[in-house]
Amino acid sequence: MLTIFLIAWPLIAAIIIAVVKQHARTLALAASLIELVAFMVMVTSFTPDASIQFSVDLPWIASAGIRFYVGVDGISLLLVLLTTVLMPLIILASFTTTKLKNPSAFYSLIMIMQMALVGVFVALDGFLFYIFWEMALIPIYFICLLWGGDDRARITLKFFIYTLAGSLLMLIAMVYLYFHTPGIHRFDIQSLYEAGRALPSGEQSILFWAFFIAFAIKMPVFPFHTWQPDTYQVAPTTGTVLLSAIMLKMGIYGLIRWLMPMVPLGVQEWGTTAMVLSVVGVVYASVIALIQKNNKRLIAYSSIAHVGLISAGLFTMSAIGWQGAMIQMLSHGLTVFGLFYVIEIIHQRKATHAMSDLGGIRSVAPQLSTVFLIILLGSIALPFTSGFVGEFLLINSLVQYQILIGAVAGLTTIIGAVYMLRAFQKMMLGESKEPAAAFFDLSTREKIVLYPVVVLVILLGVYPTPLLTLSEAAINNLLYTINDYLTLPK
Amino acid sequence: MYVIYIICALGIVSLLAEIFNFKKALLPIVTVGLLAAIVAAAFGENTGLAFSEMVLIDRFSVVYSTLIITIAFFWFWMAYSYFHNRPQLTDQSAIVLFSIVGAVILTAFANMAMLFLGIEILSIALYALAGSKKNNLFSTESAFKYFLMGSFATGFLLMGIALVYGATGSFELLAIQSATTNTAQSLPSFFYVGVLLILVGISFKVSLVPFHFWAPDVYEGAPTPITAFMSTIVKIAAFAALLRLFPVCFAAISTTWVVVFYVMCVLTLLVSSITAVYQSNVKRMLAYSSVGHAGYILIAIVSGGNVGGLVLYYLTGYAVASLIAFVVIHQLEESGRTVFLSDFQGLFRKSPWLAVSMTIALLSLAGIPPLTGFFGKYLLLTQAIGSGHLTLALVAIFTSLIGVYYYFKVIISMYSAAGGDQTIRISTAQKALLFILVTMVVVLGVFPDWFTFL
Repeated sequence: MLTIFLIAWPLIAAIIIAVVKQHARTLALAASLIELVAFMVMVTSFTPDASIQFSVDLPWIASAGIRFYVGVDGISLLLVLLTTVLMPLIILASFTTTKLKNPSAFYSLIMIMQMALVGVFVALDGFLFYIFWEMALIPIYFICLLWGGDDRARITLKFFIYTLAGSLLMLIAMVYLYFHTPGIHRFDIQSLYEAGRALPSGEQSILFWAFFIAFAIKMPVFPFHTWQPDTYQVAPTTGTVLLSAIMLKMGIYGLIRWLMPMVPLGVQEWGTTAMVLSVVGVVYASVIALIQKNNKRLIAYSSIAHVGLISAGLFTMSAIGWQGAMIQMLSHGLTVFGLFYVIEIIHQRKATHAMSDLGGIRSVAPQLSTVFLIILLGSIALPFTSGFVGEFLLINSLVQYQILIGAVAGLTTIIGAVYMLRAFQKMMLGESKEPAAAFFDLSTREKIVLYPVVVLVILLGVYPTPLLTLSEAAINNLLYTINDYLTLPK
Repeated sequence: MYVIYIICALGIVSLLAEIFNFKKALLPIVTVGLLAAIVAAAFGENTGLAFSEMVLIDRFSVVYSTLIITIAFFWFWMAYSYFHNRPQLTDQSAIVLFSIVGAVILTAFANMAMLFLGIEILSIALYALAGSKKNNLFSTESAFKYFLMGSFATGFLLMGIALVYGATGSFELLAIQSATTNTAQSLPSFFYVGVLLILVGISFKVSLVPFHFWAPDVYEGAPTPITAFMSTIVKIAAFAALLRLFPVCFAAISTTWVVVFYVMCVLTLLVSSITAVYQSNVKRMLAYSSVGHAGYILIAIVSGGNVGGLVLYYLTGYAVASLIAFVVIHQLEESGRTVFLSDFQGLFRKSPWLAVSMTIALLSLAGIPPLTGFFGKYLLLTQAIGSGHLTLALVAIFTSLIGVYYYFKVIISMYSAAGGDQTIRISTAQKALLFILVTMVVVLGVFPDWFTFL
């Protein structure tokens, strides 16, 4: 029942916020904190083995073999953790001094978003997964459309149609698998696994691409990333953070939960291609990030680079690659949120995203600058920060898979350090461009948001074991069944 | 078949209202009468053949006529203000009611003569209604165009029926059906010509490409409530007729018509969605979208199998969502606006009720989960993929992406900052109507299985 609560509560909260209209942001914050508490209750009674726990299986659309089947294993748990921990921080971060128009609509959309995100991570029925997957798109679209920046109508529509195109491909693939489920056709994950694995290699390859393109657009992996920098730039910061810190994990999660166990032969056939695409994306995004003048776009490209590495690591189909991906997802969520938020704080003070207009912030706002530096170091994977653990495992897995790919990916992280540190230097060091009085240091509210992020970035870097053990059994089990299937004679 | 009696009686009462001067009480009477008709339709027994074997009352006709009358009920609710302000109240409500009788007959005909009668009762009433804005040039043009095109269609249909009669010696569907199954070899070739002519005639009525040219002009010119009537009730009735004829009566000779429908289906999907992108008049855009939805339904018919329930679900979702869109358009017109894309600018600020309802309706029409339109499309895709028509499924996916583009143009414009700030007042009755319809779109989408219980 706890799983149902985690899905239903944000929806109820969204309705309450929409109806009450007053105090929208306080209500939203309270609702997301209640969600976090409920999740903590779940974590305390979670046993880190490979089984699916807290599962609920209710009849839904019986005539079409669709059930409301949700549950949590270690992999889902970490992603729900990311969602529920970040959500209160994101909401708190959105309490800007400038007045937001129509706050009740804004915060109900955020809560609907949370429902859909949690739903995606716990759904164990293909159709249900698809519904949540699409439902996450609607609120974020409207958040970007209603509260976004210049030229938002065109850019957000491109984003919407782009991602919808991918999703529809996935829907066709799901339906195709549904018709190959044994016996009475069903959508539950085990039947879909069976159906996928029973297909010959050629069909699995086609399905592989249908799923992969859908997930690759969401993440985004090169060459399906063209919607991303524009959308991140024009979206309000809350939207950007929702997209980058949580929503893109839907794509990565999709690879782990749906694509790889479902069509292992397809992965065997095309996994290396997908991995090469991902690594090309890492190099490409890093190089482009080098020449960015707008700090929001810079983070957007750095995000493509990070996600590309995660996706490449997943396609090694090795336990360390997957573990690295899990921990890197959490780390990336934290750091990208922190970075975007710091940029938003600077934007609120100076009304600019151009790095050439900034400089010398460290002398007037040392706290802000220090926090920014720590999060940034987490993002470029300095040892003892969260990024290091993930990136080390991922590159390690790539080197073991293919030394060349590993080397390219590993060297590219150096470019990452270059553009990030240069961004720090341009914005924080040097001469102040305006009288120092115009800029003030972190406010209490900003500290409440950023300090937990900093603590978590360091904590995750120093002692990641508890989180690794949460997902370890589930990952090993999933990989074991895949490899077991691949070694069977056909 | 009490339903036909009740609605006919309502029509006659409407006419009497003028004479005996109880016009004020007319709309309440019609409302109550329609509610009674819904009950009569929903609980109608499968009595089999009736009216000297002219009408077949089975499960199919019961559910389709229930749907038609339910939509008609909401339609009267929507058109209340339209009727209220006009002197021709009694005539028009009588015409509409008789037209509904035609629609109900189309769900239940067992005889080609009844098919013809049904289509004519339905259409002739509409020719008059389309031109009911007498001093508006567009309205007159629309009526005239509709009349001419409709006559053509009727001509084809009649010719087709005559040829089929010539080949099989019967007007009765059962007799024709057994002729096609038992003595298929001895059927003369002009029988197939007849079937194709009937197909053309019906395609006019459901406005499939390339027989759709009348739709945008007529939809645009006719008064909005009449447009709503045409795009919902007429569409449902025409599809009911199509479903009674082709997958059932002409099932044995499906090779003749499936290919034709297949080509028309692909054309309809592509042409309608691409043309819709270029429309700046929202009524015209909805006309193309309505043509497009006919294309989606055709996917089910081409895929074959028992698709009555699926098409019913799709039609319900489509009709309810279109009705919402037309209510919104109607309210905009009542407040003295035109219905170009630019008139929707800033609607969210002017009237959140209208804007949010319109958004949900358009999202449903575009097929976004978890709304009814999505599950309808999903069922169609499953049907297509399950029967091996993967190409059709891919075409449908492609066109629904284009669909998202043009539906979202309206949505984006409603939430844009431009367009002024003056609020639009809408009556409580219309708010309640929008609320009920929106709830239907959401609930039927989330719990599609409830639909089977209804």
